[in-house]
Amino acid sequence: MADIKNSASTPSSDDHHQKIERANVEAVNKAGERSLYAPRKKIHPQRAKGKFRTIKWFMMLFTLGIYYITPWIRWDRGEGMPDQAVLIDITGRRFYFFFIEIWPQEVYYVTGLMIMGGIALFLVTSTAGRMWCGYSCPQTIWTDLFLAVERFFEGERNARIKLDKAPWTFDKIYKRVLKHIVWIWIALLTGGAWVFYFSDAPTLYQQILTNSASFDAYFWIGLLAAFTYLLGGIAREQVCTYMCPWPRIQAVMMDEETLAVMYRYDRGEPRGPHKKNESWEGRGDCVQCRQCVVVCPMGIDIRDGMQLECIQCSLCIDACNNIMEKVGRPQGLIAYDSLKNFERRKKGEENKFRIIRPRTLFYSFLLAVVGTIMLYSLLNRSELDVNILRDRNPLFVQLSSGDIRNGYTLKIMNKSEVEQKYSIEIEGIENYSIRAEGIEEHTVDGAPIALVTRDKLRSLRVFVTIPEENLESDSVDITFAVSAIDGDEKDVQTTSFKGPDK
Amino acid sequence: MSEENKKIDEFSGVETTGHEWDDIKELNNPMPRWWVWTFIVTCIWGFAYMFLYPSWPLINDYYKGYLGETNRDRVHAELSMVAQERGQFSERIKSMDLEDIDTDRELHVYALEGGRAAFGDNCAPCHGTGAQGFVGYPNLNDDDWIWGGSLEDIHYTISYGIRGVHDDTRLNDMPAYLRDELLTRDEIESVATYVQSLSDKSVTASSEGQNLFMDNCALCHGEDGKGLREFGAPNLTDAITLYVTDRDSIVDIISYSRSGVMPTWNGRLDEATIKSLAIYVHSLGGGE
Repeated sequence: MADIKNSASTPSSDDHHQKIERANVEAVNKAGERSLYAPRKKIHPQRAKGKFRTIKWFMMLFTLGIYYITPWIRWDRGEGMPDQAVLIDITGRRFYFFFIEIWPQEVYYVTGLMIMGGIALFLVTSTAGRMWCGYSCPQTIWTDLFLAVERFFEGERNARIKLDKAPWTFDKIYKRVLKHIVWIWIALLTGGAWVFYFSDAPTLYQQILTNSASFDAYFWIGLLAAFTYLLGGIAREQVCTYMCPWPRIQAVMMDEETLAVMYRYDRGEPRGPHKKNESWEGRGDCVQCRQCVVVCPMGIDIRDGMQLECIQCSLCIDACNNIMEKVGRPQGLIAYDSLKNFERRKKGEENKFRIIRPRTLFYSFLLAVVGTIMLYSLLNRSELDVNILRDRNPLFVQLSSGDIRNGYTLKIMNKSEVEQKYSIEIEGIENYSIRAEGIEEHTVDGAPIALVTRDKLRSLRVFVTIPEENLESDSVDITFAVSAIDGDEKDVQTTSFKGPDK
Repeated sequence: MSEENKKIDEFSGVETTGHEWDDIKELNNPMPRWWVWTFIVTCIWGFAYMFLYPSWPLINDYYKGYLGETNRDRVHAELSMVAQERGQFSERIKSMDLEDIDTDRELHVYALEGGRAAFGDNCAPCHGTGAQGFVGYPNLNDDDWIWGGSLEDIHYTISYGIRGVHDDTRLNDMPAYLRDELLTRDEIESVATYVQSLSDKSVTASSEGQNLFMDNCALCHGEDGKGLREFGAPNLTDAITLYVTDRDSIVDIISYSRSGVMPTWNGRLDEATIKSLAIYVHSLGGGE
């Protein structure tokens, strides 16, 4: 490389062309210097002050508060049941969420929640762009938190740039070590809070304090801590730019009416430095102070227009507004704006913010539909659930009397909080006899009564026998009606009764 | 790619790779360096893995890995752990009465599942995976038992077999009335009609057939033809037969007899497994 530079800077000795203007420069993108790999350029965001920064601090407090406090909320479910409001009990195969208790076969509630989350994201994105990224994504929240720590120990932007370049003196080592210690602590607390969602929080907390928790707990704390430290402390904006698929997808949810953080070039250009008492005539409002650039945690210039890297955190709005106030110009040179408004202003029209559009209406409608279905199914959720597995091998058994017997496995799920007795009756055939293995108690009509302990599934072998002459064909539909003896819970399941070919 | 073919995208000023689909061009942006480092680290990880674990085939053998650990060893270790855990159940099943196992809820479930597995491994080839049986191999789901359907009876049959090799095996021998020249062809025909009439009311038998039955068959099958379990003589009056019910088959059986064999499982399976099998078979629906 050094050779190339030297030869390029050597003036030509061709005498005939002495008058030709020559530049002593290098091609920026010279083939020999082009690298296949781009080194990361460190970003040193300056702290912004203003409305949006305040909102972001509040959002950080709010979301971290939810994250750390939720596992500690108690919810009384009665004797022998976990009293944690939100608990994902993997070994017990239950998910508790306040008054809701979800069994593994009801995982569609979680699916529904995720669908709702997805549609809500679409709705927010089509309304006001990457609100999720800018304000509530964990990556943004934790990066913000790690940055605050960095700023506390190493100082503001300029001090940090200086510190980066400084030799490894005691002062630098001391600041760096302290910063990383606090980062690791935050990371450990993040992983620590995570495991509380999967186990009784106070018990696990005691176990962690006395170093007697299970290996799994330490493993997950360690894993989450490592990734929190890596993603929030080290990788930061690289996660959003290179790892996250959302920046690539979100463009399809946005249209010309979608609000986004934008530089109003029609007002700002032509830009340039401005002196006090100088006229604003014939020039734009942008004074080229680059405050929007220095506060940007993604290291971009918002004045270049909408970019994939921009998480729309709005900090540049704060930075610009402060400057506009100082130079005595109206705020909002960088603001939430829509592409359509640029056209409107060009035509001399007023700014309009059309939040209600077919697209947002459609997403809202979808959200309402899914939400209604979810709510309906949740409110009508039965505390009794029955699954019937018909014997397939053999399909039926002929007894010595000639009668035909079919076997069924009934899985009776008692989701209530008390022990329940259920009667098992059959509809659809006549002259039948029913026998359930291990059941002695029967109703006056001879229907077996099964006792199922609360919050448990009981698997029951049931044999139904009918005389062959009562069978009209080789397959007859029959219905099992399982109903609570004390209560109105009832589940009706239809299956078939098989016999020999007719 | 030669230098002339390099194209620069006019919007981004970035060189393209020359790949183009429907006017969409692929930019040749440089990779972030950390990505490259991650790639290198995974490569190192891969080589370390190859070094530590079995990886390369050799001519007569394979490279065992520095740690000498294999999944097979792990499975063996886990299996022996499971066996140890099961040990206590097996011990209890071995020492307890069948009736007590059947009423103990925890042991019952264990024996049932153990029995189901053992049945699939040992009994299913003859009795079928659903114990539904085949011609000559009884259906174990129904309520017709040649040698008895109580837990004890089933346990005994599994332990010692039928016409098996053990001294205590269940044993009987129906004479081959034609081959041994005990009855003539005509006599056999009339007995067969009588036997048919026992379970099929539409068939009427001659008194000769009835007399012959009383003289030759009633000793084991009973005067009413309902069979005697001590002799392992099947009930001839019910709706189920071990062999086919048409008249020719009945004549065939009287003429030449049939003697199916069930192996002796005592000594081939351990006592806990045999007990589990008894409980499983008993639970199929016909247990007495």
